[in-house]
Amino acid sequence: MTIARRDLLKAGGAVIVSFAALRSAKAFALHGDEDGVGLRGADGKPVDPASVDSFLAFHRDGTVTVYTGKVDVGTGLRVAIAQMAAEELGISARQITLVDGDTGLCPDQGGTGGSTGLTRGGADVRQAAATARQALIALGATRLNRVASDLTIADGEVRPRNGGAGVAIASLIGDKRLAIAVDPKAPLRDPASYTSVGQPIPRPDVPAKCTGRHVYVHDFALPGMLHARVIRPPSLGATLVSVDEASVRGIPDVGVVRAGGSFLAVVSADEWAVVRAAAELKATWSDARTLPGSEGLERWTRSAAIERDQAVVTRGDAPTAIAGAAKTLAATYFWPFQSHASLGPCCAVADIKGDGGTVWSSSQGTHGLRANLSKVFGLNPAKVRVVFLDGSGSYGTNGGDHVAADAVLLSKTIAKPVRVQWSRQDETAWDPKGPQQLLDLRAGLDGNGAIVGWDTEMWLPSQAPGARALLAADAAGLAQEHGQGAGAITQNGDPPYACANARVLVHWVKETPLQLSNLRAPGKIANVFAVESFTDELAAAANADPIAFRLARLTDPRAIEVIRRTAERFDWDTRPSPRRQRQSGGALIGRGLAYMRYKQAENYVAMAMEVGVDPQSGRIAVSRVVCAHDCGLVVNPDALKNQIEGCIVQTLSRALHEQVTFDRARVTSVDWASYPILRATGSPAIDVILIDRRDQPLLGAGEAATAPVAAALANAVFDATGVRLRTVPFTADRVKAAISRSSTDVAAKLR
Amino acid sequence: MASYAFRLNGRAVSAESWDPAQPLLYVLRNTFSLRGVKFGCGLGQCGACTVMLDGKAVRSCQTRIDRAAGHTVTTIEGLGTVAAPHRVQAAFVAEQAAQCGYCTNGMVMTAAALLAQTAAPSDEQVKQGLAGNLCRCGTYTRIVRAVARASRA
Repeated sequence: MTIARRDLLKAGGAVIVSFAALRSAKAFALHGDEDGVGLRGADGKPVDPASVDSFLAFHRDGTVTVYTGKVDVGTGLRVAIAQMAAEELGISARQITLVDGDTGLCPDQGGTGGSTGLTRGGADVRQAAATARQALIALGATRLNRVASDLTIADGEVRPRNGGAGVAIASLIGDKRLAIAVDPKAPLRDPASYTSVGQPIPRPDVPAKCTGRHVYVHDFALPGMLHARVIRPPSLGATLVSVDEASVRGIPDVGVVRAGGSFLAVVSADEWAVVRAAAELKATWSDARTLPGSEGLERWTRSAAIERDQAVVTRGDAPTAIAGAAKTLAATYFWPFQSHASLGPCCAVADIKGDGGTVWSSSQGTHGLRANLSKVFGLNPAKVRVVFLDGSGSYGTNGGDHVAADAVLLSKTIAKPVRVQWSRQDETAWDPKGPQQLLDLRAGLDGNGAIVGWDTEMWLPSQAPGARALLAADAAGLAQEHGQGAGAITQNGDPPYACANARVLVHWVKETPLQLSNLRAPGKIANVFAVESFTDELAAAANADPIAFRLARLTDPRAIEVIRRTAERFDWDTRPSPRRQRQSGGALIGRGLAYMRYKQAENYVAMAMEVGVDPQSGRIAVSRVVCAHDCGLVVNPDALKNQIEGCIVQTLSRALHEQVTFDRARVTSVDWASYPILRATGSPAIDVILIDRRDQPLLGAGEAATAPVAAALANAVFDATGVRLRTVPFTADRVKAAISRSSTDVAAKLR
Repeated sequence: MASYAFRLNGRAVSAESWDPAQPLLYVLRNTFSLRGVKFGCGLGQCGACTVMLDGKAVRSCQTRIDRAAGHTVTTIEGLGTVAAPHRVQAAFVAEQAAQCGYCTNGMVMTAAALLAQTAAPSDEQVKQGLAGNLCRCGTYTRIVRAVARASRA
């Protein structure tokens, strides 16, 4: 950052820089947007995370723009960060406009994942705002001729604590930059005095979303832009042999683009023309059969080559303790590959000129994407800007980075702005997937039902460092990294209950059939499914009520409170599972509970569920869910409840319906018929209890409530039917077969 | 190129298309810049592209432009605005019944058509009515509550 000396003004210990053009420049008109929403120009604005004015711009009218590298993927991050900043700045959150994920304007705060949106993204902004608050008070002291310690900041002005005339923040700094370093020690407001944080302030994006005015990346257009569809190979790893361009000659104004190797696309100014051309273009591809097939994937996973073993938890000597236990149990759990299955297939627009340009993307990590795109496509990162625009919810890394690469390669190749829209089949088949997870659990109980040893073995795909390979670059034969990351997938593999001897041993499997990425609450949904289902198995073996069994083995008061509050609200009937008496009429009714502490270090979540199981069809209906949730300090209770409700419904969908299928050549679950998700008719009544702890740090809460869902569901089904479901998804056919197997077992025992 | 005349959000309009089978979805988004209507699957499976044709909710990805000719089309932009929202839109805002909002177009349009048919549906009827509209974020609970609120407005 270089600033001309004459533009500097030193006042009250703060450096103010004249900068008239801070207000958003409407550099790009959005076509067809009646309300005239525009995008910002970069304007030389600083983005160094060490500087206050990288995060905050104060305007003459008293409003403030907040810049953050974290992005709002429908989670309410925008309003929550605005509230955190507003609190320190003594203004209303409604006076804040938030700009997220534009690499030209926003500091790099890492990708939006791992529930770090507020814990890092919001905390950085809050510290910058606290620093600004100190500087504003110092400026106000000079202006008011008072000592700083007499002053406070509230309602948009610096004013004496004991009353008297104040001075508006806007008049102290409006439309100039506050060019000071973020002070990591700048004091934060006492949470007891919060007026903005903790309020259910409505999200600013919702009115435009409900009236069709919100601009998604899908809706962004540039003059002279061409629409494109990329033709993916019919088999994973197939190469392009030949293209019959005559096959699309009947469609007006369509161009066929080959960009090296096997990268094939159709382009046109007319979107419908490229949709038709993509369907009708005849191309010949090599044959490829690289996949093991999803049928029998559990066996494949168990017998696959192992790269290395890693004990991620070791307390005492679990194998020996289990060997000497009075009673031992063992069970195997399996979770299949799943897709992010974003409702809107990914889209991106790129305008590449020479070695630079702009990319409009819904990536959850725009700075990282800029670095990778630059490296792979030979661009100068200093000349590349990635602008975040909302996408369809992504829940991790969906196809968004891939489609951005498609657009960059095409725009670079044909020297025009290009919009690439993936098809439904592209998105469901080609988004990087959440991996399959195989878990073997063993535990030993002593004569009193104490857990003396617990051993979890998990088979997981090995994680290779580096950027995830971009489909376009692989197809075009460009050199790139082939990192394989799926997130922190080993966490929550050990029980949160008293147990002197515990081990979690990971067998890192060398190969993965499909490309991986982080899918919401990576790994932890399946791990908690296994651990909390198995805990219920132990409770049943000890003939104990599932909640009583858990509470007897917990000491953390926050853990105990979420379970107790859930049980109370649910009106839990205390007794061992399964329910012994058959119910009259059709469905078997049961209740189940699961508890976990996210990453064993963050949110406490307990969840109880009531289900009805139709033994004839095997269909499971979830009627109600109660969830008590403690994520420390609550920033926006309504936005948080929305996230928790979504976590519950989405994970019910994953547990009941979802499984990526593939044969030897390709993914075969490619649309909503072959990859079904939960519908409105399957959504339960949900009752969320928020435990707001103002004396505790806030914790990211966009995914924690997903983790106990599958276990609570499986435990409820066990309570209803006596059948233990250990493989996801719990499809009607699978449940029906399990129930019929179990009745055969019972009949055999009776004979 | 053939021209297709219809009423769109209260105005008489006409659109040219080289292909009579071009889905209304692309005509609305690209010819008329009405981008509230969303592409979700192009297969009639998800409901993100729902618009009203003569007051009935239809999938614009499955409605040919020659089929829309001579009829009345309403999009979410025609239903209401941020300043003057339709009661369904106002209820969705009041209930904060969105996360990413990509399904919201279809949910709002289907709900508005449902309420025009059934003034005071039960929650079960609302769920049935919205069964063809998928939401990946899992906001069904709020959406059902919003439709109930709109029915009382």
